[in-house]
Amino acid sequence: MTSLAITVLGHDRPGIIAETTGRLADLGLNLEDSTMTLLRGQFAMMLVCAGDVAPAAIEDALAPLTADGTLDVSVREVVPGAAGAAVGSSWVLTVHGGDRPGIVSSVVGRVAAVGGNITDLTTRLAGDLYLLVAEIDLPAGTDVDAVRAAIAEAAEALGVGASLRAAEADDL
Amino acid sequence: MSTAPAGVNERVATWTEAELGLEGRVLDVVRAPASVLSTVGAPVDPTSEESVRLAADLVATMRVSPGCVGLAAPQVGVSAQMFCVDVSEHPKTREHHGTFVLCNAEVVESSRNEKAREGCMSVPDLTGDVKRASRVTVRGQLPGTGEEVVLAAVAFEARALQHEIDHCQGLLFLDRVAGAHAIYQRKTYL
Repeated sequence: MTSLAITVLGHDRPGIIAETTGRLADLGLNLEDSTMTLLRGQFAMMLVCAGDVAPAAIEDALAPLTADGTLDVSVREVVPGAAGAAVGSSWVLTVHGGDRPGIVSSVVGRVAAVGGNITDLTTRLAGDLYLLVAEIDLPAGTDVDAVRAAIAEAAEALGVGASLRAAEADDL
Repeated sequence: MSTAPAGVNERVATWTEAELGLEGRVLDVVRAPASVLSTVGAPVDPTSEESVRLAADLVATMRVSPGCVGLAAPQVGVSAQMFCVDVSEHPKTREHHGTFVLCNAEVVESSRNEKAREGCMSVPDLTGDVKRASRVTVRGQLPGTGEEVVLAAVAFEARALQHEIDHCQGLLFLDRVAGAHAIYQRKTYL
């Protein structure tokens, strides 16, 4: 069974997901993980599905979606990711403040510098307010206070606020 | 006007599984997508031999499961309105009632919603952000005697009670998750 990554990007309208997934189901593909959001009003969907269909055949089947030129579709074969690599600890990083270039790159650079892995990220620009929320895995043995200080230093230089808090779930 | 009793219900707080008078068995915990987890549990007769047995089994199964602070009957494959809770060892716990089992329980009052990330033994690979009341008044019956009790729970115990009562109603935390992007893949920690 092959894993295939499909992206659909472009002008939003009702029915894109229904049409895309309908055509994939018709090909016998099984949807696995997917995510979709609107980025400044632009439709953005990524999904991974499993099946034995060539990428080109999937692109052909999805071609009607792109016919009016408002949507782009891409399909590529992917190697399934390793399941559940062990991590040291999980954190949620929130950064917000006045918009300016370089907020994301500067702050997440401090995370990358210690081998931290971002597993989920959302940024939003709302008026002059810029917001970043990220889920971060830090390797075992990371000095979290030092990471927090490095992030605070980067944030201060940008004139924005940052907070890093533990993301462990409570088992019930 | 609130009619909720203030503080801990002494009857519930002093209850222990020893009252059941029998040794519980450790049962297998079922995982989603088992249909029993999505089925409204049947009300139980708390005085029946069957209920006393189930109560003992729930406590015994909770005790052997690391980090487990509550277990509902549907999680052991029994579609019934019964669960056990024990949050006494959890760091987020404030006031609590120790170990107890409730039958046919319902939330009669709730306030002060807070969002927190939850996991569940029946959904081992996912966690999710769920908003729940941090103060609840719950009414239910004790197994064995069948006496009705009303208890006020706060903080983590309040969350645990709502999670277990949801199980008895065929609901998982997945049914209450805060949004499309509030579900997370569970990590394996070193």
